[in-house]
Amino acid sequence: MMVEAINVRKSFGAVEVLKGIDLTVDAGEVVSLLGPSGSGKSTFLRCINHLERIDGGEISVNGELVGYRRQNGRKYELRPRETAAARRHVGMVFQRFNLFPHRTAVENVMEAPLFVKRETRAAAKQQALDLLDRVGLADKAAAYPAQLSGGQQQRVAIARALAMRPTLMLFDEPTSALDPELVGEVLEVMKGLAAEGMTMIVVTHEIGFAREVCHRVVFMDAGVVVEAGPPQQVLTNPSHARTRTFLQKVL
Amino acid sequence: MMSTADEPIVRLRHPGRWVAAAVIVFLLVVFIHFVATAPKLRLDLVVGYLFEKSIMLGLVKTLQLTVIAMLVGAVLGTILAVMRLSENPVLRSVAGGYVWLFRGTPILVQLLFWFFLGTVVPQLSIGLPFGGPDLISWPTNTVITQFTAAILGLGLNEAAYMAEIVRAGIGSVDSGQREAAEALSMSPWITYRRVILPQAARLIVPPTANQTISMLKLTSLVLVIGLPELTTTAQLIYGRNFQQIPLLIVASLWYLVLTTILTVIQNRLENRMSRGVRR
Ligand SMILES: Nc1ncnc2c1ncn2[C@@H]1O[C@H](COP(=O)(O)OP(=O)(O)O)[C@@H](O)[C@H]1O
Ligand SMILES: [Mg+2]
Repeated sequence: MMVEAINVRKSFGAVEVLKGIDLTVDAGEVVSLLGPSGSGKSTFLRCINHLERIDGGEISVNGELVGYRRQNGRKYELRPRETAAARRHVGMVFQRFNLFPHRTAVENVMEAPLFVKRETRAAAKQQALDLLDRVGLADKAAAYPAQLSGGQQQRVAIARALAMRPTLMLFDEPTSALDPELVGEVLEVMKGLAAEGMTMIVVTHEIGFAREVCHRVVFMDAGVVVEAGPPQQVLTNPSHARTRTFLQKVL
Repeated sequence: MMSTADEPIVRLRHPGRWVAAAVIVFLLVVFIHFVATAPKLRLDLVVGYLFEKSIMLGLVKTLQLTVIAMLVGAVLGTILAVMRLSENPVLRSVAGGYVWLFRGTPILVQLLFWFFLGTVVPQLSIGLPFGGPDLISWPTNTVITQFTAAILGLGLNEAAYMAEIVRAGIGSVDSGQREAAEALSMSPWITYRRVILPQAARLIVPPTANQTISMLKLTSLVLVIGLPELTTTAQLIYGRNFQQIPLLIVASLWYLVLTTILTVIQNRLENRMSRGVRR
């Protein structure tokens, strides 16, 4: 099992945003998280990577507890460096790309292998060029993010995440900040990854992508999982009224 | 047949601008003539003292003070800025208190304070606190010389201003950058060094260059503790020959030369820093 979340709770101040989320994802599975804005999708995704501290329950990735060490029947919070090390196998792609604006495309992709994995410059560069080629941007290696379109930036961001050789990829609305004609190129790259067997959790409003590519669709609302199942079941024949209302709005 | 569309265009003229420019040029010429021919001004002395040995030594001291005080200020200021942005309330308020104290008192007072420290604390020692035995101790006046007093006064004061500059620079970096770095499993230190600080630098460099230029001239304040930098040296010389204005011109010329060099460096740096910014 790649990801196992049990009864995950998270509050911001007095507001409980995640109210006991259970989710398991198998290796090679592609799962999409659907739900109205503010339902807690981003927060849950960030918890999987320990960018947010959870207040209850637990999450494991690859059988390892996220953010904590289990000892003597207690969970001890990890130091920032230990948390950083534990994240190596999880890649994340953000809605607003978050590329490093002061570095070129190829430097963006090289950064983590160079400074986290301490690879040699030559090896990191070769890998980065290969990855840029794979997302169709071999000719943009020397461009700064500001010189790239949104779709190109997001593809560089995917290459950057892949450079750490993750076994799990998290996508938080990767196409929501893009002009409509640029959405396709990013989804193509993601489809390619799915076809190669990458385990993926994708928060998206692209129902077509969810139907075509995902093995499972999870519908969240107000901090709980309302229903989950194969796309044809949840998307064409939802069993909850809330899911139906949501789908009517986005379709 | 000639149509009205082919009639020539006459631009608006600005006779007032020309008159104003002529008046200003005239006044400048009068002033330069007055200065150049003033019998007591002794421009020959300016030329004579420009490369005089003690002036040169003073110039070197001024440069040393500027560089060392700015280094102390920049390093300590960055540490203070990171402390102020930390989650630890003790670190935050210590850094806040430092800035409050050193920005809130005159730098002249701070310089004199360090210089006269020996009068109230005759011995500096390393030992156990609260009256425990001393392990090593030195007479304060041998530790805090004129030069160390000057560096303490200028550097510790500068740190307070640099802390604010660095803090504003770090605060301007989008929070998504830290997140992206964390998600790439960079440690906090690598995140600062490779992601946050380089981007903050674009906002930090211009005001820091300004601070360096003002530090260059601020060093002349060490006059009050008698350290022979550029201004003090000029003052020592005119104390003997009573040629105040020529020697002040000598000092000013050197300050202008150094400021010009610093300005060129500043422009170069700012050009380099704008990498990746949409033009
Ligand atoms: N850092 C934060 N501080 C306070 N509230 C937050 C924070 N992040 C998210 N929230 C709140 O948590 C709720 C869920 O947000 P989010 O997970 O971003 O939802 P979604 O991604 O499904 O749109 C929202 O009500 C949002 O306002
Ligand atoms: Mg969201």
